Amino acid sequence: MAGPELVTADRPLAGRSRRPWAGLGRRRSVQSGQLAAVVLFLPPALLLFSLFVVMPVIEAGWYSLFNWNGFGSPTQWVGLSNYVSVLSTRAFMLALRNNGLIILVSLLVQLPLALSLAINLSNRFRGAVALRMLFFLPYVLAEIATGLIFSFVYDGDYGLLAAIWRAFGSTNPPHLLGSTSTAMLAILIVVVWKYFGFHMMLFIAALQGLDRSQVEAAQVDGASRVQVLRHITFPHLYPTMRLSVFFAIVGSLQLFDVVMPLTQGGPADSSQTMVTFLYSFGFTRMRVGFGSAVGVILFLLCAGFAFTYQRFVLRNE
Amino acid sequence: MNRLSRMALGAGALTLVATGAWAEETIKWLHVEVSPVQVAAWTEVARAFEATHPGVKVQPQYLENEAYKSKLTTLLQSPDKPAMFYSWAGGVLQAQVKAGVIEDLTDRLKGYSDTLNPSVLAAFTVDNRIYGVPFALTEVGFFYNKALFAKAGVDAGAIKSWDDMLGAVKKLKAAGITPLSVGGADKWPLANFWDYLALREGGKAGFEGAMRGENGGFAGPDFVKAGELFKQLVDLQPFQNGFLGAKHLTGIGLFADGKAAMTLAISVIYNQQRAVAADKKGLDDETIGWITFPTVPGGKGLASDTLGGVAGWLVSKGAPKETVDFIKAFVSPEVQGKLAASGFIIPVVKGADQAITNPFMRNIAGELARSTYHQNYYDQVLGPSVGRVVNDVAAELAGGTMTPEQAAKAVDAAWKQGN
Repeated sequence: MAGPELVTADRPLAGRSRRPWAGLGRRRSVQSGQLAAVVLFLPPALLLFSLFVVMPVIEAGWYSLFNWNGFGSPTQWVGLSNYVSVLSTRAFMLALRNNGLIILVSLLVQLPLALSLAINLSNRFRGAVALRMLFFLPYVLAEIATGLIFSFVYDGDYGLLAAIWRAFGSTNPPHLLGSTSTAMLAILIVVVWKYFGFHMMLFIAALQGLDRSQVEAAQVDGASRVQVLRHITFPHLYPTMRLSVFFAIVGSLQLFDVVMPLTQGGPADSSQTMVTFLYSFGFTRMRVGFGSAVGVILFLLCAGFAFTYQRFVLRNE
Repeated sequence: MNRLSRMALGAGALTLVATGAWAEETIKWLHVEVSPVQVAAWTEVARAFEATHPGVKVQPQYLENEAYKSKLTTLLQSPDKPAMFYSWAGGVLQAQVKAGVIEDLTDRLKGYSDTLNPSVLAAFTVDNRIYGVPFALTEVGFFYNKALFAKAGVDAGAIKSWDDMLGAVKKLKAAGITPLSVGGADKWPLANFWDYLALREGGKAGFEGAMRGENGGFAGPDFVKAGELFKQLVDLQPFQNGFLGAKHLTGIGLFADGKAAMTLAISVIYNQQRAVAADKKGLDDETIGWITFPTVPGGKGLASDTLGGVAGWLVSKGAPKETVDFIKAFVSPEVQGKLAASGFIIPVVKGADQAITNPFMRNIAGELARSTYHQNYYDQVLGPSVGRVVNDVAAELAGGTMTPEQAAKAVDAAWKQGN
């Protein structure tokens, strides 16, 4: 009932300065509607969010200050020494390096690949939709399944790669996953293969919002293909690119389930990521405090990145 | 009455009905056994137990080895915990006892526990209380392929010392045969080499002294020497290509397919190799042989010391009381004899080893019976956090990314940090 009353209330003042009051009236009526929505819809979401996101983060922070094997409740307070030992573990440094590598490859290989495919596939031609689906398929596949499939592909005795190698006359195909120098490369290939389709779809969706008449007008004016790309297509895609970069980096920091079936982080920790490190050095060794410290470091990195990126790059959207 | 409370009542009623239907006890039985033939034999025992105990259901559940180890801690503290579950004793058992998540079985097993081999029962005894029932013993040793050995002209019977083993590896390599297959990605199959060499070097006294920090602890000369001897083998490049990326069962599979002459493995592999072979048959008794782990020059360990494991069942706190009855039925002379007769296990019930007819398993049972000291795997006996460091360093030694000194020091540092 509040809405109509307010509208009638501002009527006498309409002659003098109509717009500000009318605006206020509308805003207040919208606000009361919002309040109801907030009261109704926020608690369940907030409850779930605090139960499954905020609480675990705080708990992990608490556990990380203890030497604890996961049984009962933590009692042996060790201060920050878990953090010291995480940072002085060689495997963790390798994991950091690998996460950096994954980010680099995602940004420098995966996104350009996705972008070029998207630009080509957004044109209407026979088979474009089929190709889009084909390139998107790897993304739909479960991560563990992907890892298992590629562990067969990479197998140096029976794998697809070995067969190709032999077809070119080699008698001794490489075991990519069994060598410290190639295991990470093998994982990077899988990561690019698995996720480029997702970014491609983002770009295609954005391109469908592109006004064709702009492109046609430019072409009529004699713009070359490169000029159209540079002055029309890319500017139109910037918001999506910023989003893509965000997804690629956060996803790279959290990479786990593709790595486990392929290498479990080995050989000699050469393909460890922060999360596989957390799993194999925290979880499976019953060192919950140590693992929590890794989790907190990972959280700080992710949250730090996400907030900075939101603040400086995504703020206009 | 509003809708919500009506719903709550409904749910309550449902729960009542549900519990009524489940008045019988369910024994959740969590294990890691992969061999379908053995699981079938176990299930038979469970069905027989259900037949004689109306109202009791035995519900076997399988988890993959590594997944099992990482999940168990959480599982045991959840309402969904298993009533009885697989254990390798050692440091993990001690942590579980300390945490109070498993049942003290001492009183429930009075009288019965005398039927078990006392040295094996000792593995499940902490501070004079019995916390588990062992059901099988295993020993680590070299399985070898007789046909491939004959092809390379190697006499398995002549391999007594580590140098003999190195010589055999060289001969096999020269004949174009992969000497050893191993699942290096899982790391512990490689740790078996280091563990066994350390056992041969230092023996029982060496291991127990190291735990007390004597003689340089795990960084002492015996453990460095073990690494050096292992490195002698690694330097010959005896493993299949890409062994650091292979899983345990892949390594066994290569051996079972006749693609490698040897594999260092646990005695139960005798049966499991059939299941993981490409043709599902694996190596037959004519082709498969056993070489006891060789001795090392100047080693303080005896040739009759054995490395291996004990497998047993633990009972979680608050499990149905029938669980212990089922375990007693499972680890009884009849069932043990039956499992032993089909070559599945080296039994732990006194006298049940008489039932082993299979000559291959009989030989191993004999070695275990004569064993002067049975060393449990390091990754079990030292507990999960130190044990996994042993596995790590063994893999690093095999990959050439660590020296024997660094390896021994890393284990010692982990042990000191944990104790």
